[in-house]
Parts: sequence; C-alpha cells; structure tokens
Amino acid sequence: MINHSLKLPISLKVSISIFIVFWLIIAAFPFIWTLWGSFKIEADFFSKADWMNALFAPRTIAEKGGAFTGDGYYGAWVQENFWQAVINTTLVCFFVVGTSLTIGTLGGYALSRSSYKYTFWLLITALIFRAMPPITLVAGYLLPFYEWNLWGHLATTVIVLVAINQPFTLWMLHSFFQKIPKELDESAKVDGCTQFQAFRHVIIPVMWPGVITTGLFSFLLAYNDFAITSMLLSQNNQTMVPKIASFMGTTQTEGNVMFAVAAVVSTTAPLFIMVMFFQRQIVSGLTAGAVKG
Amino acid sequence: MKHKTFFWFFLPTASAMILFIALPIFSIVIQSLFTPHDAVIIVTENCDPFGCKQETTIDQEATRDLRKSEPLGKFVGLEIYKDRGHLAVNEIKEIWVESNNFAEFRNNIGNLPFYRAMAFTLTFTFTVTPLMLVFGFIIALAVNSLHQTLKGLTIFFSLLPMIVSPLIGSLVLFWMIDSRGIIGEALQYLFEDPDLSLKASTGLTWVMLIVYGVWHAAPFSFVVFYAGLQTLPMDTIESAKIDGASRLQQVWYVVIPHLMPLITFVALMQLMDNFRVFEPIVGFSAEAHAQSLSWFIFNDLGGETRLLSSAATSSVLTIIGVSILLFPVLIRTWRDFNEKSAK
Repeated sequence: MINHSLKLPISLKVSISIFIVFWLIIAAFPFIWTLWGSFKIEADFFSKADWMNALFAPRTIAEKGGAFTGDGYYGAWVQENFWQAVINTTLVCFFVVGTSLTIGTLGGYALSRSSYKYTFWLLITALIFRAMPPITLVAGYLLPFYEWNLWGHLATTVIVLVAINQPFTLWMLHSFFQKIPKELDESAKVDGCTQFQAFRHVIIPVMWPGVITTGLFSFLLAYNDFAITSMLLSQNNQTMVPKIASFMGTTQTEGNVMFAVAAVVSTTAPLFIMVMFFQRQIVSGLTAGAVKG
Repeated sequence: MKHKTFFWFFLPTASAMILFIALPIFSIVIQSLFTPHDAVIIVTENCDPFGCKQETTIDQEATRDLRKSEPLGKFVGLEIYKDRGHLAVNEIKEIWVESNNFAEFRNNIGNLPFYRAMAFTLTFTFTVTPLMLVFGFIIALAVNSLHQTLKGLTIFFSLLPMIVSPLIGSLVLFWMIDSRGIIGEALQYLFEDPDLSLKASTGLTWVMLIVYGVWHAAPFSFVVFYAGLQTLPMDTIESAKIDGASRLQQVWYVVIPHLMPLITFVALMQLMDNFRVFEPIVGFSAEAHAQSLSWFIFNDLGGETRLLSSAATSSVLTIIGVSILLFPVLIRTWRDFNEKSAK
C-alpha cells in the first residue's frame, strides 16, 4: 500500500515528512543537546538568563577562555574516579555475556532438540521468571549474601545478572536453534557422533548469527542494569549506571551536575557505536520473539 | 534427545535459574512472614538514698547475638502485609467508616503509601502501553513509506531512546525540562509563567513520567510493527483498493488485522515491563510526587536501615501483580504450543 510512495498524494507525503522529522527530533535531539552541553560549564548549560547561552556559552568563554571545556569530563573521570566504574562495567559485561551465552546455548540447544512435553513447561517457567522484576529478587539475595560475605563483589553481581538473563537468552536461542535443520545433527549422530560431538562439530559452526544477536541483548542488560548493580555492589565496585546515580545523590554543588552530564555522555557513546555496527542484529532480535509467535 | 543428555545440557542454566531466581522468590515469601527481633531490654533497679528507680537499657550484646543466631527474625505471620506501609487493612476499615462518599474514600486511600504507589504504577502501565502502541504504529507506517536510503538512518536514530539505560534516558530529559533547561524555559515562555516547574506538581510529574515512558518504549513497537509491515499481503491491499477503500480504510481493515498478533505480543510484553517502572522515578527525582511499586522496594532496601521484611512483603505483592498481568501471556503461549503440536 504505502510501499510505492510515488502514488502518494503530495499532501500526505508532506505530512509524513513532517512527522518523521518531528519524531527524529524527539528521538535524537536530547542526546545531541546533552553531548553539546557536556562541554560547557553549569552556568551555561543550565542558564536561567537565556537558553541561547547553552549554544554560545558566554560564561564558559569568560571562565575557561574557550567555548568548549573538558572540565566536566576531567571532574568525572579523574576527580570522581569514573574510570574505575568504566573498568567495572567492562568486566561485568564481558563475563555476563560470556557466561550467559555459554550456558544459554547449551540449554537453548537442548530445548530445541528434545521433543518431550517437559521442554514446553521449562520454557513456560522461563517466561514466568522473565516477567519477575529484578528488584523484587534483591530482598532475597541480601540476607544470604551478607551471611556468607558475598555482598559487594563483582563476581556475585555477574552471576546474578547471568541468572536473570537466562530466561530471555533461552527463549531467543531456542527459537534460533529451531531454525537450524534437525537433519544436520541427526546425520552426524548416524555417523557415530555423540550428541555433544554433534553440537560441537556441526551446530557450533553455524550458530553464530543467532548467538551474536542474543549476546547483544545480554550485553545491553548487563550494561544498562541499575536495580541489581546499585543494590549488590559496594562503593568501589560500582558500575557506570549506579555511579551516575550516586553523582546525583551528592549535593548538587556547582560543577557536580556537569560531572554527571559528562558521565552520562561517556556511558551513552559506546551504545551509539554499538547500534551503528549492529543495527541489523538488534532489529532482528527485537522482532525474533514477535514474528515467530 | 535422550533424557539424560538433555539433563546434562540443561543443568548449568537450570541451576543458575533455580539458585538465583526460584530460591530468592521462595526466600522473599518466607522473609515477608518474619520481622527483625526487638532489642533485648534489661530492667535494672537502682537504689540510692532517695529511693529506688527502675532503669531500662538495651542489652546491645544480647540483641546482637539474638539477631545473629536467627537472622530471619521472629515469625509474625501476615502482620507485615496488614501494616500501614502495605495493605493497611485497619486503616482502610477506618477510612471506610469515616468517609461520607466514595470520592472521599478514594482520596483518603491515596494517602496510604502502598496504594499511592499502586495507583501510579497502574496509571503508568495502562496509559503508556496504549500510547506507545499507537505512536509506534504511526512511526512504522510513516517510515515504511520513506525512500530506501532514508529508512536505515531513521531506524538508527529511532533505536536510541530504547537502547540507553532508562536511568540515563530519564536524566537526559530531566536536565532538559529543568526550569533552567531548554524545554523547561520553552514551556515557561509558552505558558507565560516564569515560575512554571514540571517538578513541582503531582499531575505534571505524572505526565512527564508518562511522556518519558512513551518515548522510551515507542521504538520497540515501531521496530516490531515495521517488520510486520514488510510481510503485508499486497493482493489483499490491491483488492481493497479496487473495491474503493480509502487509505484510512485500508489501514483499518487490512493492515491492522494483519498486524494483530504482533500488536497483542507487544502489548502483553509492555504491560509486564511498564509494571516494573522504576529507574525514571530515580532519574527524574520524582519520588515526592510519584512512587511505583518497584521504587517502593528500592527505597526499603536502600539507605542506612535495610528494611528487608518490608521490602520482601512489597516484593511478594508486586509479584502477585505481575502474575495477574502474566496470565494472558501464558494462555497465549499455551495456545500457540498446542496449535504447533497439532500440526
């Protein structure tokens, strides 16, 4: 219907264009604005006198001698040790993605190759677990973690995030594995492979597109998590998102807000790059669950 | 696949989920029935020439020992569920007796913290979900009519609000709607009210959070619907056109029915996800005007005194709420599965 845009009447074409531009501004402008503002001082980015100050930065020029200043970044990364949070996030994401893909592919593969009824019930259980808001589980973690001195460590958080991630990972990988023809591993088994050897030599070489897509979503979950990381990590082990929240908690003295702005930009930048490279996979992952059902 | 092979393949993921999802759920149910021990109090009698006085002091050591030996605390049954911070059974009875009409009853219930959080959570869930569906659908229709080269770029920018962490997304908007930020000042100019602040009123705070929710969630429905539009049956559209259907009628009678399974999927997912709304409240510092059930738990867990029992109770109540929303999803999955195995 709308695919052959040539047939659209001009009035409809114009209103569609206006709407798209409107949506793009809503979607992208906040990020561009914050990126721009992160190089100003607070008096300019939050200017009571005139919003144009954020654009032309008269106070920044007066105080710092140029229209751009890296003070916010210096304050966040060096003064407030944001680099530490960046390292923590890197570690957490790396291990969460690695572990949850390893155990998730094994489980998802098994679910897709077994024809017994219990696979259905396992998937239903996973769906129920997927619906649980992570924050509701935290009260259950704290008591044993305190008792056994597990609280505050990165490793504990990694394992918790992996577990919370599993239901989603299982569903995604299960549907990807179902698309790989069963005949592949069946014939390997006929040739004398065990199930694991069939998986190792026949399935692993062809599973990467699905695994990469699932890995992206595991990464996003670990990278963006706030509920778990803010509750289970000690001050020194904080990842980027809870660290930013703690910037906000400290009194909003001059400059401190700009630390948070700089930290927010630093956290968002890697995501931008990721979307740029993996846009196709993200879109296919989002629709995978929907289209199949 | 044999049962035994299946077991070994599935063991790692199953143990992760049992240890860190199933057991914690079980644990919060238990925790919600216990409350921390009261401090152990010693009564001593001090006698001096003017007479005897009874003094009560807290036996710090005994209290610590007791709390350490039984970290769960003492069993209180459903007491915490009924207290003022949760279901507030007694308060509701009182309000019911004292209120003259329903509106007053409703207002008074709104003062109870748990019900206030519940009201916001439900309002948020049931306004954001339909709005994001409609908005995402319109974006999908519009983008689908664009030229091929523009589509990729539009999808790239459209993904951004969804991909960033909710806390960061809400902070970015929060700084813009600050009374010294660009949107805040624009609104002050538009309404000619230099003191206008979105943070100051409850109604405006709710609107702000709902707008944020739609901004964050619309890309998801957009992407799913856009994918659905690619599989649109062209011959049905053509015959609708020949029958004289206008564009609006084509959308209403052909496109929407075709996308219906996707619409239900997105709606059900969103109901569950919006029900856990939490980070935006932290990001917008909106807790004075809007609290959600998840924020309620977060608040109990944070701070100096970690109110584990109270948080566990709120968690159980939240899980009950999620389960109700989950029910249609389960029914749908069940039906799909039966259809597939019937084939």
